[in-house]
Amino acid sequence: MGLLDRLSARRDTDAPVAPVVLDTGVPQFPTKALRKLLSSLTSREAPVLLDLGPVIGSNLSFFGEQLGCKIFYEDIYAELDRYVKAGTLDELPGYLGRRFTQADASVDGILCWDLLEYLDKASAQVLADQLTRILRPEGSLLAFFSTIQPRDLTYTKFIIADESNLKYRTYPAARGRQAVLANRDIIRLFAGLRVSDSFLMKNNVREILFRKPSYEVR
Amino acid sequence: MWKRDEAVRPASGPPAAPQPTTQTAASPAPRQDAGQAKPMEHTVNIGKSVVIKGELNGSEDLTIEGQVEGTIQLRDHVLTIGANGKIKAQVFAKAVIIQGEVVGNVTASERVEIKDNGSVDGDIVSPRVAIAEGAHFRGSVDMQRKGAPGAQKPAAASAPAVAAPAVQKVGA
Repeated sequence: MGLLDRLSARRDTDAPVAPVVLDTGVPQFPTKALRKLLSSLTSREAPVLLDLGPVIGSNLSFFGEQLGCKIFYEDIYAELDRYVKAGTLDELPGYLGRRFTQADASVDGILCWDLLEYLDKASAQVLADQLTRILRPEGSLLAFFSTIQPRDLTYTKFIIADESNLKYRTYPAARGRQAVLANRDIIRLFAGLRVSDSFLMKNNVREILFRKPSYEVR
Repeated sequence: MWKRDEAVRPASGPPAAPQPTTQTAASPAPRQDAGQAKPMEHTVNIGKSVVIKGELNGSEDLTIEGQVEGTIQLRDHVLTIGANGKIKAQVFAKAVIIQGEVVGNVTASERVEIKDNGSVDGDIVSPRVAIAEGAHFRGSVDMQRKGAPGAQKPAAASAPAVAAPAVQKVGA
């Protein structure tokens, strides 16, 4: 099975079309990749995670309970906002190249969320290269990609309700999503990783779990 | 098994509330009548105008509303950084409750709580960490379980060189 086949092989048939809207007004959607990520990490003792989104206390508690892990927080959404507001987006790739101080192959799991959709091509490639560098062999990276391009200027906080459900809470962003990435573009971005699982959810989100092979991908 | 509510509840009240305490000269907190039925709780306050540079050790609970630079060690006690507190230090305590600003690594054998206006730039090591909505945090959180092979060694270049804590579960 080729990489493109893996990306399009599974369709989320169980998910409802409309989100479950909770009493708090926060929509909740099913997730399938999160459970896969967790199962890939539970076999590791004292795993190290990297979260590229804002700090969410309940997510921290969830991962602490499930994995007893160490989590690095690098809120790249906030950094992106900073560069957009300063009008210095052309400097963002250089910054992302220096930002991650973690050693090579030192992180077991990366929560990339939907960050890559907000970056321009050069920044996305630098980020993907850095994440590939710090991911351990057999480590996993979770990323979300939309199949449509919403025009609103919002980011989303992905709040873990349980291992099968995520609450999507939006908050203001300085820029919107830049483009809908095709499967081949996603694979090219993470040339050093292979697609382990891919789920096309009915809320138009592709959940992709990458795995770093123990051998080098060429 | 942890009982979350019980563990978190003590921090929700005003941490610098005047108790029958040992007070520093800098603390303006009023004393209560000695005849009250409440048991004595030893909490020391460091007031807003106090600036400490160096090593701060203690064997009592401590609330800091002033500024501290250096190291704070309250190994078996609770450290509360009040809303006015500004800490630039390595912190070691049983529990740390943060409502002000901390720049430096925080290690707690029991729990760390960052309240909604609290701010931490540094790495946290504790078995239980609670970060409120609206709190600022930049760094890493190490909740590794005791006995885990990787618990005693830094997993990445920027990891703090501190011992892993003792308890397994993490509350909200």
